[in-house]
Amino acid sequence: MDAAKEPAKDASPSEPPVASPQAAEAHKPAPNMPQFTRAEDLHAYHEMLLIRRFEEKAGQLYGMGLIGGFCHLYIGQEAVVIGMQMASVEGDQVITGYRDHGHMLACGMDPKGVMAELTGRRGGYSRGKGGSMHMFSREKQFFGGHGIVGAQVSLGTGLAFADHYRDNGKVSLTYMGDGAANQGQVYESFNMAALWKLPVVYVIENNRYAMGTSVARASAQTDFSKRGLSFGIPGEQVDGMDVRTVREAATRAVEHARSGQGPYILEMQTYRYRGHSMSDPAKYRTKDEVSKMRDEHDPIEMVRKRLLELHGVPEAEIKATDAKVRETVNAAAEFATNDPEPDPAELWTDILLDAHA
Amino acid sequence: MATDILMPALSPTMEEGKLAKWLKKEGDAVKSGDVLAEIETDKATMEVEAIDEGVLAKILIEEGTEGVAVNTPIAIIAGEGEDVSAAAAGGGKAKPNGAGGHPAPTPDMQAEGMAEKAAPAAKIGSDAPKAPAAPAVITKTTDEPVMEEFPANTPMVTTTVREALRDAMAEEMRRDGDVFVMGEEVAEYQGAYKITQGLLQEFGAKRVVDTPITEHGFAGIGVGAALSGLKPIVEFMTFNFAMQAIDHIINSAAKTLYMSGGQLGCPIVFRGPNGAAARVGAQHSHDYAAWYSNVPGLKVIAPYTASDAKGLLKAAIRDPNPIIFLENEILYGQSFPVPQLDDFVLPIGKARVHRTGKDVTIVSFSIGMTYALKAAQALAEEGIEAEVIDLRTIRPMDSETVVKSVKKTGRCITVEEGFPQSGIGAEIVARLMVDAFDYLDAPVLRITGKDVPMPYAANLEKLALPTVADVVEAAKSVCYK
Repeated sequence: MDAAKEPAKDASPSEPPVASPQAAEAHKPAPNMPQFTRAEDLHAYHEMLLIRRFEEKAGQLYGMGLIGGFCHLYIGQEAVVIGMQMASVEGDQVITGYRDHGHMLACGMDPKGVMAELTGRRGGYSRGKGGSMHMFSREKQFFGGHGIVGAQVSLGTGLAFADHYRDNGKVSLTYMGDGAANQGQVYESFNMAALWKLPVVYVIENNRYAMGTSVARASAQTDFSKRGLSFGIPGEQVDGMDVRTVREAATRAVEHARSGQGPYILEMQTYRYRGHSMSDPAKYRTKDEVSKMRDEHDPIEMVRKRLLELHGVPEAEIKATDAKVRETVNAAAEFATNDPEPDPAELWTDILLDAHA
Repeated sequence: MATDILMPALSPTMEEGKLAKWLKKEGDAVKSGDVLAEIETDKATMEVEAIDEGVLAKILIEEGTEGVAVNTPIAIIAGEGEDVSAAAAGGGKAKPNGAGGHPAPTPDMQAEGMAEKAAPAAKIGSDAPKAPAAPAVITKTTDEPVMEEFPANTPMVTTTVREALRDAMAEEMRRDGDVFVMGEEVAEYQGAYKITQGLLQEFGAKRVVDTPITEHGFAGIGVGAALSGLKPIVEFMTFNFAMQAIDHIINSAAKTLYMSGGQLGCPIVFRGPNGAAARVGAQHSHDYAAWYSNVPGLKVIAPYTASDAKGLLKAAIRDPNPIIFLENEILYGQSFPVPQLDDFVLPIGKARVHRTGKDVTIVSFSIGMTYALKAAQALAEEGIEAEVIDLRTIRPMDSETVVKSVKKTGRCITVEEGFPQSGIGAEIVARLMVDAFDYLDAPVLRITGKDVPMPYAANLEKLALPTVADVVEAAKSVCYK
């Protein structure tokens, strides 16, 4: 790209990485920083670590040829979905795009079923017919897993439409990336959600790159919290690397939606450590940028530090959690490796439902 | 000079309307732009504006008159300085008076060769679906479908396709609170083509939802609501506009059941007019039957008669799968006998032998049936007995009924308004090659729309569409006559 045409904004690949003012601030002790109890931090640590280890294992299995196709890892963004889930209640729906493994685990889906879907086995959530980007659990109110960028935004708005229709007090947590936020149907959905006061929270996970294109190179308005302004939708920029700020903002947003005031937008400023997918060497950013984020803003490391220093949790207890998580993930990988492929007859099932059943 | 004010056409397919109200009375002075009267059709209400200055000399059609044919003189305007009573007595020069002052297209120009008019005996005044039509027992004629889907002595009510569709939705909405309808102009406006007339009044704004002009977005919202278990009916003002939403129809609605390993069904109906209307050009005339027919995970229905429209739409709304329900604007106003039953539901995926014959099989669907049936009549006069099959459902396609007929006749032609390449006819040909090859006495011929974007000019549009003569000629050709 012609350097002269490059917008003179942030995030050109050579610039030193700064997650955001909020992220930078998050490291300094702030008097108004929301605090977690010991139990909350322990919970967040376990949940985020499960996603981290699960994704690392998925990466490993991909490298071994056990997982095919596209595989988009959530490593680095764990605080977003865990903080959001800590502010939601049972029955609230979750829907997201293709970087979806973390959301499934956060919704309480069985890591064995998720991993077995990644390996295309019969014990997978979609019986091996969906894959990484297409997994669902009606039981856990997880509605995918969508491979068409931005499609989940209209669908998630439809989930909120159904909640509103049924007047059931539930909220749709509809996730998208910074890339999806430029799709036209997002704004069609914003308009209708605001018009009809639908209970939906739009979570824009801004990890700074839409595949290989930085936010500054793709977005005229890089403040995603303002993307709903013309529809009167309130929005906030949130440090998405700190699970506490995420949970705090999520609580506000979810309450707003649940109380009948309509949609809310949360721009989660986050970062993915890995490439867009397994086949992406991520040459559009520097190694320094990545390592700075990992070293200074890692969402899990921050909680671990708090557990040790603030809550006085013995290291042995934390290590026990680490071991337990590894065990869960190893068992998932074991299952996903040994579970048989789908029966060939499955090719012809689940195309249509029986109208007379 | 006195001028006749003619009943204007509000749309290319309008044939008649109601003179709802006169806003000027005899003797009033009128000037250009004054609203003279309000007229209503089944689709719209419009004001008739004066184009000329003068005095309203005589009202020829009283307000409240229904079924006023387009181009009928409705009033006489005396020119400036003219003797009003003389003008009233003598009438004047015809002045087409379309809304906004544009000359109205002549409807026979539009409909010629395209739309079979409803049998005069079955037509009862205006087809505006204000109230359910009065029950009327219709005597069976030879050209009526062979009905086996309800008891033979069932009373029949003359109903337009438009009313039948509305009735189907209303009945299903009464039956199931999860059913709702959404789309552009479906509520307050009563439907762009008045298919949802009265639904807002009966079911309220929660269940009859006006959307912004945002097909991609509301199709996705409909699918999301369906994944959550509601049963949306999504109306597209035309299926041409569903092109903006086709990602959700195919990627979100049709594939999610499979991709979720059977967990998430999508009980949704996408419906609206499909294919050519009249003089609306290439972007409003596309027939998408073949497109949706190609997609596993969808069911595709394209009815011809009002009874099929009703019975199949009710079945579609109850079906747990995503359904594409292709209607046709020209058929909306046509009347057919509909069985008077409390709950008339037809099976999806069954073709019907609409007319029996032994010499050649004609397979068609939707408006294609109008050519097929007229051709069958013409062929009968020449001693060729055509069997006409109405597919009714495009996917799943009822090959069995077609094959059974072809085994009897040994000859087959297909009729559709869509494009030839990879069309519905092509699919039928391929199936017959496999399932009826040994029974065929001639190659199967396809009558289709021409392989060109739909032109606007009346003569070119007529050339682009199939004709009854094309069908007759093809049928004779496969009979080697």
